[in-house]
Amino acid sequence: MMTALLVMIGLALLLGIVLGYSALKFKVEGDPLVDKIDAILPQTQCGQCGFPGCKPYATAIAHGEADINQCPPGGEPGMRALADLLGVEPKPLNAECGTPKPKSVAVIVENLCIGCTLCIQACPVDAILGAAKQMHTVIASECTGCELCLPPCPVDCISMVPIPEKVDNWKWRYPVIEIKSLAV
Amino acid sequence: MSLFKFHGGVHPPEHKLKSTAAPIRSVTMPLRLVLPLRQHVGNVAKLMVAVGDHVLKGQLLAAPDGMISAAVHAPTSGTIAAIEERLIPHASGLPDLCITLNADGEDRWGDHQPLDYQAQEKSAVLDALRLAGVVGLGGATFPSHVKLRADDAHPVLTLIINGAECEPYITCDDLLMRERALEIVRGIEIMQYLLGAKHAIIGIEDNKPEAAAAMRLACSQNSISITVATVPTLYPGGGAKQLIKVLTGLEVPSGKLPTTIGVQCFNVATAYTVHRFIDHGEPVISRVVTVTGRVAQPGNYEVPLGMEIFDLVQAAGGTADDSNGLVMGGPMMGFNLPSGHVPVVKGTNCIIASAPALFAPQPPAMPCIRCARCAEVCPVNLQPQELYWFARADNFEKARSYDLFDCIECGCCSYVCPSRIPLVQYYRYAKSEILASDKARQAANVARERNELRLARIAREKEERAAKHAERAVGARAEAGGDAKQAAIAAAMARAEAQKAEIVPQNVTDLSPLVATEIKAIDARRGKVDDRD
Amino acid sequence: MNQAPYISASPSVTSIMLRVLLALVPGIAAYVWVYGSGVLVSLALASITALGSEAILLHFRQRPLMPFLMDGSALLTAWLLALALPPLAPWWLVVVGTLFAIVIAKQLYGGLGYNPFNPAMVGYAVLLISFPAIMTQWPVPLALAHAQLGFLDQLHFIFTQALPGGVTLDAISSATPLDYLKTQLKLQHSVGDILHAPVFGALGGRGFEVVAGAYLLGGLYLLQQRIISWHIPTAFLLTLAVLAAGSHLADPAQHAGAAFHLFSGASMLCAFFIATDPVSGPTTPRGKLLFATGVALLTWLIRSYGGYPDGVAFAVLLMNICVPLIDAATQPRVFGHE
Repeated sequence: MMTALLVMIGLALLLGIVLGYSALKFKVEGDPLVDKIDAILPQTQCGQCGFPGCKPYATAIAHGEADINQCPPGGEPGMRALADLLGVEPKPLNAECGTPKPKSVAVIVENLCIGCTLCIQACPVDAILGAAKQMHTVIASECTGCELCLPPCPVDCISMVPIPEKVDNWKWRYPVIEIKSLAV
Repeated sequence: MSLFKFHGGVHPPEHKLKSTAAPIRSVTMPLRLVLPLRQHVGNVAKLMVAVGDHVLKGQLLAAPDGMISAAVHAPTSGTIAAIEERLIPHASGLPDLCITLNADGEDRWGDHQPLDYQAQEKSAVLDALRLAGVVGLGGATFPSHVKLRADDAHPVLTLIINGAECEPYITCDDLLMRERALEIVRGIEIMQYLLGAKHAIIGIEDNKPEAAAAMRLACSQNSISITVATVPTLYPGGGAKQLIKVLTGLEVPSGKLPTTIGVQCFNVATAYTVHRFIDHGEPVISRVVTVTGRVAQPGNYEVPLGMEIFDLVQAAGGTADDSNGLVMGGPMMGFNLPSGHVPVVKGTNCIIASAPALFAPQPPAMPCIRCARCAEVCPVNLQPQELYWFARADNFEKARSYDLFDCIECGCCSYVCPSRIPLVQYYRYAKSEILASDKARQAANVARERNELRLARIAREKEERAAKHAERAVGARAEAGGDAKQAAIAAAMARAEAQKAEIVPQNVTDLSPLVATEIKAIDARRGKVDDRD
Repeated sequence: MNQAPYISASPSVTSIMLRVLLALVPGIAAYVWVYGSGVLVSLALASITALGSEAILLHFRQRPLMPFLMDGSALLTAWLLALALPPLAPWWLVVVGTLFAIVIAKQLYGGLGYNPFNPAMVGYAVLLISFPAIMTQWPVPLALAHAQLGFLDQLHFIFTQALPGGVTLDAISSATPLDYLKTQLKLQHSVGDILHAPVFGALGGRGFEVVAGAYLLGGLYLLQQRIISWHIPTAFLLTLAVLAAGSHLADPAQHAGAAFHLFSGASMLCAFFIATDPVSGPTTPRGKLLFATGVALLTWLIRSYGGYPDGVAFAVLLMNICVPLIDAATQPRVFGHE
């Protein structure tokens, strides 16, 4: 009886010490969740999720104010990564936010551009160059394809051009060799 | 010398005798050559010519862009007919920018001279090599001038020349060693000088006794000492890292260059082109290509770069009736050409006219039974069955942690797989997905940074505007209340007065009498003006 | 169109499985010689059940029928199970065991290549737990039997459990040598005395030793054909021998020697045919050594101290559980890594 009691007390003490130690040792400073979510988001800054950018959306997810399926540019893999990180069930993308599209860049038809600078103000990553009454141009390598420059353009001179597959961005395909039935 | 072993390896049937019967043959210069600007690893070469230009043989058509890049030269004299996207021999089957050169039939050389490499600074020789378009001709096509640049942090002790040629069917290096051993040795001598290497070893697989004998003879005629080592025939013993291991016992650390262990490795054909450039001034405009498989006259051909592969196959007697495609490279690591109408490039070591009788159609893949035959033959000692599992399930992080990027894609695993799973395709897929997502991640980081900078700028501008508004508001209030305004004006005047008092006139000493009177007059006028206030 | 490598040099899965089946033939021949041809009935029953249930399950799982039926893996599972069961086991025992092996242990886990446990051993373990009495009733080797049963008698017995007039069950069946040893040890007899009983032969159980020798022969063929690697058989047999010899030296009265353990029960079958199952086993060389050592250790422990006379099935299943762990812990050094 006494030994059992002592053993139990000893065990409780030991486990308590281990738990207390690990609480100190593995203490996490701050709230890294927003940054972790933000790291998964594609940083398109398109606002299709209903928030003014990726970081606000990440903050909203972290606070439970937004769902994980509201990011079309991140697509299915992005949603899965978020589900993985947050330990929730994956769910299909919310069609209200838009559907995934092939990655594109904005291109300004330069002889139509009137130099109104509206698109420059709309661009979330400062990827459009130009000055008032001067023709504007898109820095293709910095463009995230968010399409935010399209609505403000008064002359509709901006179009989204999908990035073509070239030798340098070409990817090997998933091997598809079906198990065919040999005789049936 | 003592040799070492690497893990695994396979012994595929060699099929080399077919193409070694005849000596290297030349082909008639085609009327039209197509030269892709991307024939090497690294940046695409920069165009130096325009459509309509007449160029001479050996003239620079495109210059290297940056350090890791290589030049492209005219293989014959003629006129630039077009600069456009055309199909290139690439596994993607996608077009890329090419120069089309119409030969004028004269084959007239431009200005070219041998280089007295010992009389010049090494860096000058290397810069010249950079413009000569010399790349690794074993198939990797890495610009050689980069590898030949001696690095003080990692001095090269041993120069290894790769004459192993382990892939079945391919014999271009074999024939080159048999026929041009002296030239290769001369190239090795130059490379050894540039690198400052103490030893040079030529590794040749023991299924090429003629080539080894020829190289030994050539080495004995040369003053410098080069060891010719015959290594056991075992695929992929010709992989640079595998050959280094066999010859030196050293393993190139994962993700590092061979120079970290004091070794540098070049292909025999690369040594040959170095000799051609240094001793004859000829840039890389042709190479030896093995044409074999279901063709009438299999053998090795010295081909100008840019020649259409279809024409080359015709020069080798054309394909047999049952041929169903062309493979560039060997049967273990080669790829299907998208069409015969693509040019020979620097990396074209072998063309195989394939046929069902030669390469049996791949049966449908069965599930992996974890027999681990793939792990037994993997020259890198990976666990291919685990990598396959991860790649198949898009579990890329796990695949990376199981050292996917150490895979050399040699194909040994697929070669022995009883379930006939296209393992290498899965690894290539996983690798390119990982690289693409790394790239996307980097782009996202840049976008995040730019977005944050923009938000910060907007916030700052807003603040500044608010501050300006506040100041203006203060001014407006001052107008309304006279006292405040008066006080402000008085304060400003006081400040101006104080500033004036601080100003000490300069050049007041040693003045000429004329100047002194002038100054006095001016001061007098000023005094009157001040009095008027 | 093909992709590189364009050439292949490997036996297909079917050919591998067929060669394993071929390697079992000497064992089956020895079986027939020792116990009569009744085992052929068990083999046929198990084969038909396995192929039939596999076909039905493949149909329900909407998988192509022929490539998987022809791969030989279902047949191999059936044969291994049939050879592990008592040779005159009633027909329904064979059918139930095979069904369990194929339907639950193999197909419901995803079929060929996806079963985490050795299907034949799952079937065997289920039968051993459910029907312990029948599972330990082995026929007396023909050479020792008081009454001889012909093939038709055995066939009749398998389907009806009825014996020809004048023959009693005791006349044709007895405990297995391992079982006999275990019971006698509990009765405070010493190993030396027990081994004088007629059920024991020169090495292991009389008759059993011949079959084990034939399995060894088949196993050497598999090694020569490079169907299996040396790691698992060597580590298994060596560990079992060392444990048995060591314990025998320490306490000869309580523990049988190495030869007895190696040539009794399913030791040889396990060493070359069961523990070497690639799907449910480890893949790394060191992992294979570890796995086989574990199987041998558990087998010896169960035989010596456990509640069952033979421990191979449980040992294999227990070690199957550890396979992912073993594989992860024994990854070999990759080229160019420290």
